[in-house]
Amino acid sequence: MIIAKDITKSFDIQEVLKGISFTFEKGKTNLIIGKSGAGKTVLLKILVGLLQPSTGTVYYDDIDICSINKQQLRELRMQIGMLFQGNALFDSMTIEENIRFPMDMFTKESIQEKRNRVNYCLERVSLEGINNKYPSEISGGMQKRVGIARSIVLSPKYLFCDEPNSGLDPKTAITIDELISSITKDNEITTIINTHDMNSVMEIGENICFLDQGEIAWQGHKDEVLENENPKLQEFIFASPFLQKLRSRALNAG
Amino acid sequence: MQKTLIHDLGKFINWLPQIFSRPENTKMYYKETIRQMYDIGIGSLPIVFIISLFIGAVTAIQFSYQLSGTLIPPYYIGYIVRDMMIIELSSTFTCLVLAGKVGSTMAAEIGGMRQKEHIDAMEIMGVNTSAYLVMPKIIAALLIVPVLVTVSALIGIGGGYFAAVNVSGFSDAEFTRGLRSFFVPLYVNMMYIKSIVFAFILVTVACYQGYFVTGGSVELGKASTRAVVFGDILILVADLLIAVVFMAS
Repeated sequence: MIIAKDITKSFDIQEVLKGISFTFEKGKTNLIIGKSGAGKTVLLKILVGLLQPSTGTVYYDDIDICSINKQQLRELRMQIGMLFQGNALFDSMTIEENIRFPMDMFTKESIQEKRNRVNYCLERVSLEGINNKYPSEISGGMQKRVGIARSIVLSPKYLFCDEPNSGLDPKTAITIDELISSITKDNEITTIINTHDMNSVMEIGENICFLDQGEIAWQGHKDEVLENENPKLQEFIFASPFLQKLRSRALNAG
Repeated sequence: MQKTLIHDLGKFINWLPQIFSRPENTKMYYKETIRQMYDIGIGSLPIVFIISLFIGAVTAIQFSYQLSGTLIPPYYIGYIVRDMMIIELSSTFTCLVLAGKVGSTMAAEIGGMRQKEHIDAMEIMGVNTSAYLVMPKIIAALLIVPVLVTVSALIGIGGGYFAAVNVSGFSDAEFTRGLRSFFVPLYVNMMYIKSIVFAFILVTVACYQGYFVTGGSVELGKASTRAVVFGDILILVADLLIAVVFMAS
């Protein structure tokens, strides 16, 4: 479980986050949603400790990450996996070397044990047999899955995904969502996804935090999205006329 | 401008202890150091070879012109070329060239990693990126640059010999006698001290520029240029200081 408590963040005079308090629950897919510029990425970076909040703090279970030193933060980070928006795969390394990198750095396992673990992670994301390819030789969707494989290789307790569906076609996006959701359930981890993809919200949003202009404007479960009357959330989720029609039909159908 | 320089200097000094912290995995750092030694050493050999050959040859030709018609013995040409290469030209020229070639590459490599979120990815894995990305480069440069400078001095003297004998009309015996005369071992120590100091400067300045780059490809290009310009200026300042210290002692 990760708890954000009274988080504020300012860059010079611009206040990006205004008192965010939210509990990201273990074993659930926690979504941070909101328009571009709402403060999602800043909040995510504060949660993983890449940025310091101006005020407030973040607890990983009982550990306050804003008051621990750099070495303790690095040790905590070994329990964190993160999928980046741009995948952040190392171009000069093969897929296997990319996935193996955290193991090479932090474990003393034999090369065979590491290879077995890499193969297991690739199998988990349905990408067997691409060990020796380079990131530039595979598609964007495959790169996302390799990114997921790398983020789970050390069996993290916390998984962060920054815009996991950006740049993907709807079908591949659903595959990625299902994969993240099943990894979360199978391993009982705390997963936090930063997204503005509505399919993700409706498919895997078990604990949603909707940000608007740096504040939490709504929070709840995906099942509550359709019925809720929050105008800001409605405006955000049903932005297109097509979705507005779908919503009214769904509500009329009961 | 002045404020930025002071800010950068403070940030740089604060950053250095992070580079020299304990490696997470010595084997990974060792592998990276070997890779960097290869890139800096083997990758720079051709340019160091060409530049040193020409510098030695030009030094011999220029000084033979200056010496002609004077009472200075002709064999001094070998002595002048040797000491010029050892005291100043091999270390300074090699490191200025390396600041351009290796420094800009390092700044672009690390800056590119920053922009593609590779550094953030490593940080989130728990890697001390300042140490992992910079320390192997510093160690590699400290080990390999003195070797390159030695090669440069030898090639430069060879180039000087070739030009003195084949272009300026000195005899083989005259040049060789000059090479063997008035040898001061302290100058060799000075050459190695310079090469170590310059190597440290060129790597840390380049990595600093790359590591803290913000923005897009234009800023990355500027950071690469700054790595070369600041690296060159600091090498020349260090050259002056080392010369003052050695000559005073």
